[in-house]
Amino acid sequence: MPEIIQNPPLLICPRGESAVELQFGSIISKKILNRIRAIAQVLDEQPFPGLVEYVPAFTTLTVYYDPWVISQQGKLDAYEELTQKLEVLVEQVQETRSTPARVVELPVVYGGAYGPDLQEVALHTGLREEEIIDMHSAGEYLVHMVGFAPGFPYLGGMDNRLATPRKATPSARIPAGSVGIAGAQTGVYPISTPGGWQLIGRTPVALFNAARQVPSLLQAGDKVRFVPISEKEYEERKEGQE
Amino acid sequence: MKLTVLKSGLLTTVQDLGRKGFQRQGVLMGGAMDKVALRIANLLVGNPDHAAVLELSMQGPELRFEQDTLIALAGADLSASINEEPVRMWRAVLVKAGNVLRFGKPVQGNYAYLAVAGGVQVPEVMGSRSTYLRAGIGGLQGRSLQRGDVLQFGDVSDTNRLLLGDLLLQDRKENAFTEAAWWPEPELLPRYEENPTLRAMRGLEYNWFTENSQGYIWNEKYKVTPQSDRMGCRLQGTILALEEERELLSTAVSYGTVQVPAQGDPIVLMADSQTTGGYPRIAQVITADLPALAQVQAGKIIRFQEVSLEEAHRLLYQQEKHLLALRQAILYKLHQQ
Repeated sequence: MPEIIQNPPLLICPRGESAVELQFGSIISKKILNRIRAIAQVLDEQPFPGLVEYVPAFTTLTVYYDPWVISQQGKLDAYEELTQKLEVLVEQVQETRSTPARVVELPVVYGGAYGPDLQEVALHTGLREEEIIDMHSAGEYLVHMVGFAPGFPYLGGMDNRLATPRKATPSARIPAGSVGIAGAQTGVYPISTPGGWQLIGRTPVALFNAARQVPSLLQAGDKVRFVPISEKEYEERKEGQE
Repeated sequence: MKLTVLKSGLLTTVQDLGRKGFQRQGVLMGGAMDKVALRIANLLVGNPDHAAVLELSMQGPELRFEQDTLIALAGADLSASINEEPVRMWRAVLVKAGNVLRFGKPVQGNYAYLAVAGGVQVPEVMGSRSTYLRAGIGGLQGRSLQRGDVLQFGDVSDTNRLLLGDLLLQDRKENAFTEAAWWPEPELLPRYEENPTLRAMRGLEYNWFTENSQGYIWNEKYKVTPQSDRMGCRLQGTILALEEERELLSTAVSYGTVQVPAQGDPIVLMADSQTTGGYPRIAQVITADLPALAQVQAGKIIRFQEVSLEEAHRLLYQQEKHLLALRQAILYKLHQQ
């Protein structure tokens, strides 16, 4: 039976005494992502006293607040005051504003020492290495959220034929910039960390740099394209950064 | 003004109140595990609340002060001494140049805070001086302190100077250190217990758990395991189970979030909590009780007690009022002189 999917009702729930979670259902979609982005943009433009920060995720927007500050501002208790503000704000952005998505190109050297598990992905998927590279770099990926580690993007949009399970034993150290596959998702490690992803390549672009004004290169809502490059180009770009 | 690290201790890092505003970029908030102890240590030497201090864990370091320095120790009792003479916590202390601060057996708690007048001077990274070990940023080159490190202090303020003057008046030349003759009322200090009951609110996936599990979280005891660290307090006790297998989409988590991985032992996320997580959240420890949680040693027992949002707010305001009262008392004391 065909089903008409409507905007799920917004829920505002307290998570402890200093945070509320705005929940937009439990289905990942571009529509929800855009709605969350639009609300986040209003919070950027019209921050209120007591707003600490916010964190967008797949279907939630968590707003951290200082109840002590808010309780000194309004007539109501901090939670009432805050939820009323947020309800008004969410109402304002009912029609999703069309902030154009930014497209970020990430050059990647695939295979070899930079992508030691490309062979493993080939074995698992039954695809040739060149086919994997073509399919992986043909996609346009949406950054659903940034979390887990500094600058780590949760990307949507990988071709399902590339899906490969995580390694049985995680690697002790994955170099920064590694591009990997874990199950049906793909991603890039911004900093060196232990991890179990199948590494198929590496980008010379710094996804996270604490010295930049906005340290994370990618933000929720951005689009990412992977562009294959040679080892030589990788080394040149890497040197250029240093 | 500076100090030299003679021994590093177990894990000694520079911490302040943490990074705010970067969680959406995956950068954790971090900062002191016991933020109330940090704030009190700063107040006692006349620093602003957010000044950087040293966080000492379990086995403290050995530190030599190269100039006369006004310090204060707060948080865990790690048996501090100078020249084999015990140094009292929760009060301002003038340490004379060339003397060494040492620590012994941890008597109570895990994390002690050493504030120095002027604050520990390291570069600010993303609005904070806190050490973020995993990303290698903040603090002293993004790492914990090592033997041979030299830490500089910031410029002293008028408040720092007035407090220092108070101690210089009592100072007798032959002493290695002089303790202030005043200290905060005990009721203004955090209450630490060996086996505390921590107040918490229901988590957002509370209803995902079986009825039994919903009862266990409030009625059973949980043991703090030695695998606990600045990122998470790992507990062991009655296994918590979901009514049915369900996947949570990753969403924001923070210090105090009690999440339950599939094997059923809860983890309370601590100061170095990652920014997002995907395990169901059964509870959220209230902010006012996070200092008490940070100080529970491995092997000890904790319990959770459910409180309402109103109660959690009331307890947070009470804590803020205590800190305000302490600040006012110190200012009053300074102006009496």
